[in-house]
Amino acid sequence: MRLELAGITKRFGSLVANDGVDLVVEPGEIHCLLGENGAGKTTLMNVLFGLLRHDAGEIRVDGETVEFADPGDAVRRGIGMVHQHFMLVPVFTVAENVVLGFEPTRRAGFLDRRRARADVARLSAEFGLEVEPDAVVESLPVGIQQRVEILKALQRDAQLLILDEPTAVLTPQEIQALFGIMRSLAAAGRSILFITHKLKEVMAVADRITVMRLGRVVGTARPEETNEADLAAMMVGRSVELVVRKAPARPGRDVLELSGLTVVDERGVTVVDHVDLRVRAGEIVALAGVQGNGQTELAEAITGLRPVTSGSVRVDGLDLTNATPRQVIRAGVAHVPEDRQGDGLVSGMTIAENLILDVYDQRPYARLGSLDLGEVRRQAERKLVDFDIRAASPTVPVGTLSGGNQQKVVVARELSRPVKLLVASQPTRGLDVGSIEYVHRRIVEERDAGAAVLIVSSELDEVLALGDRIAVMFRGRITGVVAPGTGRERIGLLMAGMEEADLPPSAEGEDGAVTALDLT
Amino acid sequence: MSSSPIALSPAALGAPDRRLVSLGRVRGMGVFLVLLGVITLFGLSLSIPPSEHAQFLLTAPPAVSVPPLSMPVRWVNVPLAVLCAALGALLIARGRRRGTYLIFGAGTVAFLWAFLAWAARGGTLNFEQLLAETLVETTPLVFGSLSGVMCERSGVINIAIEGQFLAGAFLGAMIGSATGNLWLGALAGGFAGGLFGALLAFLSLRYGADQIIVGILIDAFCLGLTNFLLAQVLTPDQTTLNSPSTFSPVAIPLLSKIPIVGPVLFDQNVFVYLAAVLLVVVNVALFSTRWGLRVRAVGEHPKAAETVGIHVLAVRYRNVILGGVIAGLGGASFTIGSVGQFSSDMSSGLGYVALAAMIFGRWRPLGALGAALLFGFSVSLQSFLAVLNVGIPSPFLAMAPYVITIAVVSGLVGRVRPPGADGVPYRRD
Amino acid sequence: MTRTETGPPPAVAPATAVEPGPRGEPPAWARLARRLVEANVAVVTVLALFTALVIGAILITATTPSVLHAWSQVGSAPGHAFYVTGATIGDAYGAIFTGSVISPSALGHAISTGRGWTGAFNPISETLVKAAPLILAGLGVALGFSTGVFNIGAQGQLIAGAIAALYVGFAVHLPIGIHLPLVVLGGAAGGAVAGFIPGILKARTGAHEVIVTIMLNYVFLDLLTYLLTSRPFQQPGQSNAISRTMPATARLPHLFGSTLRANLGFVIALAAALAVAWFARRSTLGFSFRVIGANQRAGRTAGMDVRRVTVLVLVISGALAGLAGTVTLSGTDFFLSTGYGGNIGFDAITVALLGRNRPLGVVLGSLLFAALDVGGASMQVATGIPIDLSSVIQATIVFCIATPMLVRELYRLREAGGGSIQLFMKGWSS
Repeated sequence: MRLELAGITKRFGSLVANDGVDLVVEPGEIHCLLGENGAGKTTLMNVLFGLLRHDAGEIRVDGETVEFADPGDAVRRGIGMVHQHFMLVPVFTVAENVVLGFEPTRRAGFLDRRRARADVARLSAEFGLEVEPDAVVESLPVGIQQRVEILKALQRDAQLLILDEPTAVLTPQEIQALFGIMRSLAAAGRSILFITHKLKEVMAVADRITVMRLGRVVGTARPEETNEADLAAMMVGRSVELVVRKAPARPGRDVLELSGLTVVDERGVTVVDHVDLRVRAGEIVALAGVQGNGQTELAEAITGLRPVTSGSVRVDGLDLTNATPRQVIRAGVAHVPEDRQGDGLVSGMTIAENLILDVYDQRPYARLGSLDLGEVRRQAERKLVDFDIRAASPTVPVGTLSGGNQQKVVVARELSRPVKLLVASQPTRGLDVGSIEYVHRRIVEERDAGAAVLIVSSELDEVLALGDRIAVMFRGRITGVVAPGTGRERIGLLMAGMEEADLPPSAEGEDGAVTALDLT
Repeated sequence: MSSSPIALSPAALGAPDRRLVSLGRVRGMGVFLVLLGVITLFGLSLSIPPSEHAQFLLTAPPAVSVPPLSMPVRWVNVPLAVLCAALGALLIARGRRRGTYLIFGAGTVAFLWAFLAWAARGGTLNFEQLLAETLVETTPLVFGSLSGVMCERSGVINIAIEGQFLAGAFLGAMIGSATGNLWLGALAGGFAGGLFGALLAFLSLRYGADQIIVGILIDAFCLGLTNFLLAQVLTPDQTTLNSPSTFSPVAIPLLSKIPIVGPVLFDQNVFVYLAAVLLVVVNVALFSTRWGLRVRAVGEHPKAAETVGIHVLAVRYRNVILGGVIAGLGGASFTIGSVGQFSSDMSSGLGYVALAAMIFGRWRPLGALGAALLFGFSVSLQSFLAVLNVGIPSPFLAMAPYVITIAVVSGLVGRVRPPGADGVPYRRD
Repeated sequence: MTRTETGPPPAVAPATAVEPGPRGEPPAWARLARRLVEANVAVVTVLALFTALVIGAILITATTPSVLHAWSQVGSAPGHAFYVTGATIGDAYGAIFTGSVISPSALGHAISTGRGWTGAFNPISETLVKAAPLILAGLGVALGFSTGVFNIGAQGQLIAGAIAALYVGFAVHLPIGIHLPLVVLGGAAGGAVAGFIPGILKARTGAHEVIVTIMLNYVFLDLLTYLLTSRPFQQPGQSNAISRTMPATARLPHLFGSTLRANLGFVIALAAALAVAWFARRSTLGFSFRVIGANQRAGRTAGMDVRRVTVLVLVISGALAGLAGTVTLSGTDFFLSTGYGGNIGFDAITVALLGRNRPLGVVLGSLLFAALDVGGASMQVATGIPIDLSSVIQATIVFCIATPMLVRELYRLREAGGGSIQLFMKGWSS
């Protein structure tokens, strides 16, 4: 299928999310749409898939202009989409999800479950996407859930498959497997539109690349004609340096001590499995791993948000196993949560109010159960300056700020207390480059001031740039603790579940040697 | 793909069936049954003299086909107590397997039988009439909870059942009385309920108003409106506008001749049959048809449904209106099904009880039926126990359904899992 | 995915309305004109009332025999049909006004003769009497709403409060200066206990408070029925379900002389409104309530104890409802009977919505609802149109308040600059 987008424009109020976007996908081509978060890629795909109506421009399929009123129209024209957040009903089985909307039925609208299962089995075999038709989707690992999404599109005979940030939740090896699937689909004549912000993936798999920035197409290229640095520059509009400037760490005493830490979640699944880890004062330990391998739960267990099943958490000698979040905060732990808007901020409340969420009942903000609103505002005004938060006034609702400024509010709040341990989960997710640099600098400053820092990040670049040591998690276990100079391939294998001890000795020289196993 | 280092273990592909009851709940139910057994043994069996008998009347006086059942209470209740406790122990031992609710139901029935025998000791209990009244009390609850199932499975909370009951009862009575045609009355009842279903859908789906708030307002509006119209329109013209007759029982040939259950189940008015048919239809449609799969998808994950071309709002509109119609029919059953005229606030909160039955029944039609039967039973038991002079003040019996519901939502059922998007307004970004 | 939005915090709302600089600012009259055609709180409320009155008028027109008769002869006397319709509606709404606020004729009579002041001021006094419990219970419900807790149990909590207050009233004998405060505290405590039950169940087991509070309403009604027929509550020598009466030392004093029923209860209600306003805006506990109401997870992450807040909200909310029961008992009724409290508990929900969960809004909304109730009774006496018309009008007003977008479309209003006024509660799941 040949897809042509011409001059697509989409506005949300005064915001122009897509500004005259042109894009052509040839039959059998893997076309990468590259851009930072917020560049307008997902909006464009939602327009293409009939989820949003464009304000101007045309969509042409095989030369014919089409209008998609809803996703059903798009599907009928042979467009399939694998969404970033899977569009699967968690309580349904694989087969039910695959056939939903195109159900085989017997008389009187009764579902033909046997045929549904057979369909799934046939497609699985045809495209090498192994999956059990009767499994309930919510019980499957994300990699398998993604296969279900792809199967869903194939069941509708999609000729163009849109993959929206499909690699965010996969291990490097699963990513390779996905690329294999993509190539074989392209070889069979189907077109693929692959959306990502990861340069290496683009270089590895694309036939052609379109780069977007701030809602516009800023360039197209073929991988053999370009390189990562050029693409990156095109993407962000200036040359960026992913390396964080920092002096070598001078680690002191152990601050965070996890021993045998085990967390069983509410479904009875062991999500953190006998983790032993120490973080010393004055060092940054970066916790790498594909999202969903227990990093989030580990951070939550340390900060008192999730019950510990067994093992212990100690901070500066104080036992904080199963302490309340309040006790953890009082013990000198700062926490930048992963989901900024869900856990970090109250979007309807003001910046000033958000800055005191943790200390609202303490001096100087409160006396005898009564808030000192003047003091709250004065302190907030100071922090706007100190932490470079760009806002008209501290009485602005925090939800009206940009992502970067919102994150600065969280960082300002958490770093305004005396900090012994800083736990930051995905601290720069979804931020612009300037804010990323700022947050990284603040984290390093905190380390240099003597705090122990634990960073959880699924961005390997961030892990490598920030960590003084890198711990890798897989299925709840720490599979290795390595030095930042270790090669990506090696860390990838650890992320895929290989134990450090199982790996061959690391490639010498440029990659740097693996430090002595620091599992305590 | 075979080169993938992550071999797919069976555990990764197939997973435990989450549709089974959780282990904690199975154990909770087991412990509960064991406790009931112990209570029955010491409280309802060994505490009474061996000579005391209880008599259950099994057939209404005109048809003397079955002689009354006379039981020595102590010797009947001891085995029932043991059975109840044994079923509890069985649940604990089995863990997560199919048939949990069946065993639990059997244990509960054993306890209730023992309780009735104890209550009727030294006297006579009209057992058949108790069953018949249970059915009468249960019927509107079935309509109400089916209405809730229809709405909430598609993701819209329906707290307006009470209001739809009142609207259906009112219009059913008025049209049934004015036209002299009860079928038209029933139709009008369904229409009135559907109208307020449409209002709920319109305000919450079109304008994004909160569903719980709109529901409560519809209840308040319907109460005020029916009271106003009762006083202003019906009462001045009572004989033409508020004196419908009622549907008379229709005996189903053969089935109604079955001893004991026959007259109770198969010699009823059309609303009872309608409730039974709707129950089966909704249950089958929801879980075995394309329509049901789509409805549940919309209630669990509307965005996913939309991306496969299902019109989320259309499904919700349809279901909420249909749910309103069902509740309206339930309302009509109050007036043209049993009482024969409309009176102020005649559903007296049963709409809320129906809502509770739906939740107790875990958003499933058959589960809701079980809960509705339990509530209906405990309501109809009141008058019987008052006659038997059991020593439990009747207000406490009246409380029973509500206390049971509270116990159920907070303990036995624990954190029940509603449809994923229940009550969440849907917008296309 | 579910959230509770009650509009922007009040103190913030004016500040966020970013006005153009002084030079580019339109003249004051133009700004006022713009405010009048946009969907802000005041405009929507006025239009909601207007819409409800129109619907009430339609109902009257469609159901009053004399009006219908006039319309049946509209061909021969069209003017007459309009006249009868207008007169009937005018009489009805006029009766609501004179019956709830003040009757000009009675006032004129009192001024000219110097007597009959009681009659002139009785309507407004009755409105205050009726408003007091609505304000108190409404404040409780509103506090719950703004904390993300849906307390539908005001009815049961009100009964529990009244039972406790009555017990303190007849069981102890003290001078009024000590006894009355004790009774009021007892009422609050009774309501608090009734609120504690759904609170602790929600915090410990996750039982949804909507279900538990609905069920508890009926439990407390039945409990009351039981107590009314048993010692020590039943009036000695009575076989009816009637309680003992409040002794004189446990009754709220009248505000304007013994002939008008307006009593200290209204003052208590206003004081409670002030206290809740302070609590929500200035207290640390109130701050944590607001945070958890807006984003429970953020509150928890910042170290707040969500369970404790959940319990406390329902306890305080219940205490306010208990006070509502106490002021009716100690102010006007003096004894309990079956079904005590009527519809106050449910009206409290609508009043909280009407007042958009703000204390001042609840006070004004309660006065409006009380006036409609009191005036509705006068209307029924004067015109024969049933008092239930008031309930229809009340429900319609709040329909409009709960769906501001509907009002906006209906009247072609522009979107308000100061943020939306949509009200949101939660689904079952959270």
